[in-house]
Amino acid sequence: MSKQVALLQGNEACALGAIYAGCDFFGGYPITPSTEVAEEMALMLPRSGGKFIQMEDEIAGIGTVLGAAAAGAKAMTATSGPGFSLMMELLGYGCMAELPCVIVNVQRGGPSTGLPTKGAQADMLQARWGTHGDHQAIALCPSSIEECFTQTVKCFNLAERFRMPVLLMMDEFIGHMREKMTIPQPGELETYTHPRPKIKPAEYRHFGEGTGVGGAYAAMGSGYRFNITGLTHDPKGFPTNRADETKWKMDRLRAKVADHLPELTEVEREFMDDAEIVIFSYGAAARTAQQAVREARAQGVKAGLLRPTVVWPFPDQVVTEALRQARAMVVAELNQGQMILEVERANRTHTRVLPALRYDGEMITPAEVMNVIAEAAR
Amino acid sequence: MATLKELAARGDKFTGGHRACAGCGATIVARQALLAAGKHPVVAGCATGCLEVVSTIYPYTAWNVPFVHSAFENSAATVSGAEAAYRSLKRQGKVADEIRFIAFGGDGGTYDIGIQSLSGAMERGHNMLYICYDNQAYMNTGIQRSSATPRGGHTTTSPAGKKQPGKLQFRKNLTEIIAAHNIPYVAQSVVGNWSDFTRKVEKALDKGGPAFIDVLQPCRLGWGYPPELTAEIGRLAVETNFWPLYEVEDGKHKLNYTPKERKPITDWLFQQERFRHLKGPEHQGLIDEIQRDVDQRWEALQKRCAL
Repeated sequence: MSKQVALLQGNEACALGAIYAGCDFFGGYPITPSTEVAEEMALMLPRSGGKFIQMEDEIAGIGTVLGAAAAGAKAMTATSGPGFSLMMELLGYGCMAELPCVIVNVQRGGPSTGLPTKGAQADMLQARWGTHGDHQAIALCPSSIEECFTQTVKCFNLAERFRMPVLLMMDEFIGHMREKMTIPQPGELETYTHPRPKIKPAEYRHFGEGTGVGGAYAAMGSGYRFNITGLTHDPKGFPTNRADETKWKMDRLRAKVADHLPELTEVEREFMDDAEIVIFSYGAAARTAQQAVREARAQGVKAGLLRPTVVWPFPDQVVTEALRQARAMVVAELNQGQMILEVERANRTHTRVLPALRYDGEMITPAEVMNVIAEAAR
Repeated sequence: MATLKELAARGDKFTGGHRACAGCGATIVARQALLAAGKHPVVAGCATGCLEVVSTIYPYTAWNVPFVHSAFENSAATVSGAEAAYRSLKRQGKVADEIRFIAFGGDGGTYDIGIQSLSGAMERGHNMLYICYDNQAYMNTGIQRSSATPRGGHTTTSPAGKKQPGKLQFRKNLTEIIAAHNIPYVAQSVVGNWSDFTRKVEKALDKGGPAFIDVLQPCRLGWGYPPELTAEIGRLAVETNFWPLYEVEDGKHKLNYTPKERKPITDWLFQQERFRHLKGPEHQGLIDEIQRDVDQRWEALQKRCAL
C-alpha cells in the first residue's frame, strides 16, 4: 500500500485513529465542537462491521459504552464540556468497575453552555477530579492533527492495558483545525488488545491478584462468571462493606497508575538541554508556545519547551527536574490557571512560575507568550 | 379565541431581526405562541437549541418577555422552578400579576435529553405550558438523528448509503407519552396552521395546570426544501395523516381536522431532500412500511377519539 497523505480535521483524525485501534463500538450524543467524531464513526463503523449508536443523552452515551466494554468491545464516546459534565458519575463507575474505554472531550469554553464553537482547556482538572471519590485518571492531550490520530490509538492501548476509562482531552482549536498528515499503515503503530483468560471458569476471579495492569480479563457472556457493580467489591466483584476488602480495592485502583508512572510519563522537549526559561504547555496552546520558544531563541533567550502528551498522571518528576534546572517556568494554557497548580505543586525549588493564560475563547498568540517569557527573563 | 386581527393588534413579543435561517419554522412557533399568550404577562424558558441560539445573540434579543435559557436537558425543570416560586410569592401577596409560564424545547431537548425533566414537571402539576418545536433532528449541531426523526430520514448520524437507508427506527410518539401523564391539556399542532396553533396555546394557558403542545416544525435546512415552502410542507404532513392535528383535553382525545382525501405519504416525503434516497424501486418495501405505519397510527388515533 502506498503512503496515504490526507488533509484532516482533528475530529476526523481522532475517528480514523479509533478505527485503526480496533474500535468497534461508538455510543454518543451530538455536541459542538465534537460532533464530527460521532458523524465520522456513524459513517465508518457500519462499513467495518462495528456498531454506532446515537443515544438520548451523554449519560446514556457513556452508559452504553461501558456496557459495550463489559461485553468485550473496544468502545469510545466523544463529547464536549456540558456532555462531559453529565458523564461524570459513570466515569467513576468505569473506574470502579474497571472497564476499558476511551472518552474524548473536545474542550470548549465554559462553564455551562459557555462558548460552544470556541476552544478552551478549562476541563483539565475536571478530567482528574470531576467524578466523586478517590480515583486515578489517565488523560492525553494532542497538539496536532497527527497526534489526534496517534493518541487516540494510544488511548485505546492504555485503556485495554490499565483496564479503566482513558480520556483524550482535545480542544476546539485542534478538533476543528486542518493539517496534513500521513495516515499510518496497518501495523505501523502498536495496537494492544488485552488477553482473555485461559484458566478454568471456576478458578476465575474478575478482579484477581495484583493491580490487573496488562492482565487477562473476561468479557461478559464468554463463559466466565463474575459480577460487575459500582459498589465497592471483593475480587469476584461482589459488594462488600468490609474494611480490609475496601482498602484492597482502593489500593488496587490507586496502584494501577501509581505503580506505573514511568510508563505513563510522556513529555516532548524542545531546546530543553540548556533552557533557562522553560515553557510548560500542552494541547493547542503548546503550538503557540512552540512558536514563542523558537522566536525567543532567535532573539538569544535560552527558552525551552516542555510539552506533556500524557497530562494525567501529572509528570511530577520531569517537571520538578525542569524547575530545578530553570530560572523560571512559564505555564501557557487556555484557562484561568489549572495545570499551573500542578506545576506549583511539583515546584520543590521555589523557582519562579509565571502564567501565560487566555480564556476568552481566542487562541493565545506567540506574542502574548513572548511577553511573559520576556518578563521571566528579566 | 383571538381573531387574526386581534392577534395582529397585540404587538409581537417575539420580534424580528433574529438570526434564524430564511423560512425557519421554529421562530414562527415562538412568535405565534407569544401572540396567543398575549393577554397575560409571560415568562419564557428555552432549552439549548436553534431557537435559543438564533434569538439571543448578544447584544440583541428577539424576546420581548422575561426569558431564561437553561441547559439542554432542563427547560421544563427551570420553568417549573420559576413557576413554583411565583406561586409562593403570589400566596404571600408579593406579586399581583397573573403570569403564564411557557417552556420551549426542540425535539432533541424534549424527546431525548429533556424527557425526564419534562415528565417530572408534568407529573408535579406545575401551571405551565411546554411547547416542543419538533423539527425531527438535532438541527443546531448540524442535523443528527433524534427519536423524533422519521424512519428512512437521512441525518449525519443516520446516513443513507449502501449499508442502511437512513434512520432505521420509527419515531417516538411523544404526544401520547405526555398524554399518559393525565394532565389537563395535550395537543399536536403544526407550523402552517396559525389558527389551530394559537387556539391551542390559548386553551392550554386558560385551562390551568400542566399542558404540552408538540408542534411539527419544518426545517428547510435539515429537511431540504426551498425556504418558501415551510408552511406548505407542514400542512402536507397533516394532509397525509403523518401529523394529525388533535388534542387531549382532560383525558378526552379529539381530532381537530380530518383530510377530505388522505394523500399518500410519498407526497410529503419526496418534497424533502432527506428522503430523496428512498425514491428508487429498491426502497418500495420501505415506503410501504412507512405508509403502513402512518395508517396504523391514524387508525389508533381515531379509535382513541371515538372513546
